Order: sequence, then C-alpha cells, then structure tokens
Amino acid sequence: MLKRNLLAAVALSSVLVAVPAFAQDKKVIAVSVPAATHGWTGGVVYHAQKAAEEIQAAFPNIEVVVKTSPSASAQVSALEDLTASGDLDALVILPFSSDELTGPVQSVADAGTFITVVDRGLTDPEIQDLYVAGDNIAVGSTTAKFLVDKLGGKGDVVVLRGIPTVIDDERIQGFQEGLEGSDINVLDIQYANWNSDEAFSLMQDYLAKYPHIDAVWANDDDMLLGVLEAIEQSGRTEIKYALGGNGMKEIIEKVMAGDPMTPIETPYPPSMIKTAIYMTAAQFNGQAPVRGTVKLDAPLITQENAEEYYFPDSPF
Amino acid sequence: MTDITAPPVREPLLQRINWVDIGPFVALVILAVAGVLINPDFLSATNITNVVTRSAFIAIIAVGATFVISSGGLDLSVGSMTAFVTGIMIMFMNSLVPSMGANAIIAGMALVLCVGALAGLFNGLIVTVGKIEPFIVTLGTMGIFRALITFMSDGGNIPLDRSLREPFRPVYYGNFIGFPIPILVSIVVALIGAFILYKTKFGRRCAAVGANEDVARFSGISVGRVRTLAFVIQGICVAIAAICYVPRLGAATPTTGQLWELQVITAVVIGGTALRGGKGRIWGTVAGAVILEMIANLMVLSNFISEYLVAAVQGVIIIIAMLVQRFSKQP
Repeated sequence: MLKRNLLAAVALSSVLVAVPAFAQDKKVIAVSVPAATHGWTGGVVYHAQKAAEEIQAAFPNIEVVVKTSPSASAQVSALEDLTASGDLDALVILPFSSDELTGPVQSVADAGTFITVVDRGLTDPEIQDLYVAGDNIAVGSTTAKFLVDKLGGKGDVVVLRGIPTVIDDERIQGFQEGLEGSDINVLDIQYANWNSDEAFSLMQDYLAKYPHIDAVWANDDDMLLGVLEAIEQSGRTEIKYALGGNGMKEIIEKVMAGDPMTPIETPYPPSMIKTAIYMTAAQFNGQAPVRGTVKLDAPLITQENAEEYYFPDSPF
Repeated sequence: MTDITAPPVREPLLQRINWVDIGPFVALVILAVAGVLINPDFLSATNITNVVTRSAFIAIIAVGATFVISSGGLDLSVGSMTAFVTGIMIMFMNSLVPSMGANAIIAGMALVLCVGALAGLFNGLIVTVGKIEPFIVTLGTMGIFRALITFMSDGGNIPLDRSLREPFRPVYYGNFIGFPIPILVSIVVALIGAFILYKTKFGRRCAAVGANEDVARFSGISVGRVRTLAFVIQGICVAIAAICYVPRLGAATPTTGQLWELQVITAVVIGGTALRGGKGRIWGTVAGAVILEMIANLMVLSNFISEYLVAAVQGVIIIIAMLVQRFSKQP
C-alpha cells in the first residue's frame, strides 16, 4: 500500500519536475494502533480510520497510513515495516506497552520523524514531540464528585474494577480522592477484569452480601452492562445510581434518553486517537506547531452534551 | 479454609466407599459448610440459586468435555467456540426478526446447534484424520474462533435485537416448577450425557479408547470415529450453553467465554475424570462446575481476603480439593 503510494508519489513528482514551484512532496503520517480485540481498541481503530479518510480528503498533500497490530512484538515489526518502506514524516502511535515500544519508537525518532504518542506513555518522554492522552484519574474523580453531590455526601457504594494495570489503579485512585471528605462508604472493591460476564456475577454477589447499596460504580462500561442486568434481575429498588466510564455508545444512549439510574457518563474516549492524528496533521499543513502535551479531560457527560460523545457508527 | 483439609477419610467404614466418585460431592458439602461459617447469607435461596445458575454454562460445556477427555482428547477451543457460535446465533436471529418476529429465536437455536456440531466436527476431523495432537489442534482453533468473533463484532459487541430480548430473557432468568431454566437444562444435559457415557456402546468405547488406544483398536473399535464423535458432542454442548448464555446479557463480545476452557477442564478434573483419559464421570463434572462457581462466590462474600489475592486463594482451594481426593483413594 505504502509502496504503491510511494510509486505514485515518485511518478507524480517526476511529472511535477517541470514546474518546480509546485513540486511539493506528499507528507506521510503513519498511525500504529493495537488491533481491535475489545470494545475500546475497536473504537480506536474506527476513529483512526475515520481520521485518515477525513484528513486525506481535506489535505491532499498529506497521506495517512493506518496499521493495526495484535501484540506488542507485532507492533515492533510493524514499525520496522513502516520505516523500511520509506521516509515517514510523522508517526502517531498508541503503544501496546510502554517498555517494549520505547526502543523501537526511539529509532524511528532518530531518523527525524515527528513522534506523537497517544494514551500509554513511553518510558522516556523525551522521545515524543506530542503526547495526547485521556485522564484516568479524572474518570474516577468526576464520577465520585457526582455521587457525593447526588447522594448528599453520604451513602454506601460498591465498586467493580478492571484488570490490574496503571489505568485501573488511576481510576480507583481518582475515585477515592473524589470521595475524600464525604461520608460515602465504599463497601467493597473487587476485580471483574473489564468483562461483562464477570461483572454480572460479581454484582450478584455484592447484592447477596450487602442488603443496602446506594450506588454502584463499574470503572468501565463493558462491566456496567453486566451490573445493570444483575440489578434488574434482583428486583432491588434501593440502588439509585449505577455508573460506568469510557463512553461506550450503548451507555451514552442511556444518558441521552435520561435514564434515571445511569444519568451521566465520564469519557475516556477512543476518539483521542483522532484528536492526535488531526493535531499531527496540523504540524504538516499550514504550519501550526503542536509540540507538547495534551491531556483530554474527563468532563461529566450529561443529557445536554451527550451528543458530542456519541458515535453511532463506531463499534464502541 | 482449613476445614477442607479435614474430612474424616481414615475411618475403616468409609473405606468401602468409592471416594473418587463421591469426592466432588463431599468437597461441595464442605465448601457449603465453610460458606455458611464465613457468611450466613451464603445459604440464602437467592445466593444459592444465583451461584448454581451461573455455573450452568461451565457445567453444560464440561459435560461435553468429559466425553472428549475420557476418550483421550482435549479441547482448548470451547471458550472461543462459545463466543463464535453466540455471535453467529445473534446475527442470524437479528437478520430474521423482520420476517419471523420472535420465532427467530427457535430458528436461532436450531442453527446454533448445527454450527456447534460442525465446529466440533471440524476439531475432531483435524485431530483424527490429520493425526495431530488435540492440544495443538484446539489451540489453533481457539485462536481462529476468537479472531472470528472479534472480526464479526469489529472488536465491539454484537447486541441481540431489542425486540428479541424480552421473549428470550426467560431462558436465563425464568423458572419452571421453581427451578431456573439453566439449571434444568444442565440437569437434562447431564442426564443424557450420563446415559450415553454409561449405558451405550459408544460411551463404553469412549472410555476404552481413552484408556488404551491400541487395545481399543485391536478389539475392533474405530478409534478415529469415536474420538471425532466426542468432539461433535462437545460442540453440541457448547451450542446448548450458548443458547442459555445469549439471553443473559443479550450480546456477544470478543471477551465472551474468555478462559472458560480452563474452567471447563478444571471442572472435569475436580469431578474425578482423569486428564489422561479413561473413565469419565459426568455427575462429578457437574459438581466440579458448581464448586468452581461457589469458590468464586465465597471469595466475594468473605471479608478477609484481599482483592489482590483472590486468584491465589482460589488456586489453593482447587489444589487442596484435588489432594484430598488423591489421598483418600489409598486404603
């Protein structure tokens, strides 16, 4: 694909040699993301491909190549392939793991390529020119503050956490910080591995264990789907809120519909890859320098602004 | 937790009992007693019903795995296969909604049974005709099925059509004469499984092939045919589990059935079936599935186990349960 484009570029530039003033070569932006193995990465792939289409349509001088990899080692190979087949002007990468990708990205950077890192940081932040990420701590604290406010500063909540990772730790940390100073009591926190089936079982067990629960927070929307089914089956009515996080479209739909149990959502949007690709393109079109760190906030999504975070065609 | 290590196994009277056969049920009772001591809510009707209903998927699939394992095979693909057939079933039913309405559910059930049987046949034929180790074959198909469901869902989820959710819901959440449907389904599957394994020629051949392939071949048993059929039965069981699974959350995702293969194999082995083949124990398998779900339930209901250590405690309990069985076999 890239090779063919290069050939086309060579052919084009040889035609344009006659008019040197217009002999501007095409800028190539490579995008390397994990393959779609669960909802969130499915969203990342969707938004990366959308961004590629839109940018190529808007800026004919920019070429965007999207490459998905199913594992960290496959991503390293993908980087080698991308750099071997030609000069990259920019690389937008959502690294599988920080440790394994730092070295390979460093060598791409050494060749003079503009590096944009998304979501997971590299172990050496010096490598990147631009860093775009969401705010996992805010995902937890925004939700916690909503609960403190709506429950009047007191109540009993249970929490479902994901897979033991930094992302999960930060969300839980943010949640606990958000509750500080209130009388909200966290009855229990257990892992459900970001899996709706495990969340369903865990919620059933919470319901068996605690006769009174005011609110539930699942730190990811996949788990929230299981939680909601378990609550519905139990017939328990004292639970006022069941909240998630991430911005899955099924949950955004609930927020848009004004669901009383899930009236809000906090985003950790896969569309951040799109934001990153657009910003990188800005670097190469119209000279809008974008070096730096961009932290996308996790604002409260309510019925009023839900539209902004709703992508009906995305798989997530 | 130490209660489990102390069943009264040394009394001479008890030596006449076949411990491998009743071992899983003893473990189940001990766990239940430990459960009540840990948290009295454990024995509440709702909790027990929830736990046993949840164990139905693993129990149903594990009945099939009892056939595969007792015939000397192994199927690592069951978890991915569940996800794959679930995805096919939902997509098929959704496409039929405009023309058939709620009857699409019946058509979906029929289709998923065929797809499950075919998926099992596929595994079985590669193992027997291709003469490749079942471990490797099903490791391969595990990846294939998982990738297919990821592809079919674009990495997101495949939701069941809204109009089908209500009519289909009772298959997981409904009751019949006081018992949740999934429990009844697993009992029926186990009854049929036990009948086939213990009372038919095919069942005895399964055990014979697993015990000693060469002897079985010399006695005129078509080893390949028996093994292939065991995989087909496994596929059908996966499909039955999928039928009970779809109405629960109404969606298939790339994480559906993740690591179920390990739970299934554990349930079969806790149930007293030897992993190297030979005799299969259907009812032990079912008890094994309930034990696994009960352990997970107790981890949540107890207050003294750190959330970080849950998996370790589960592992220890499983190993202790196996050791108890192992040593109680000796006179």
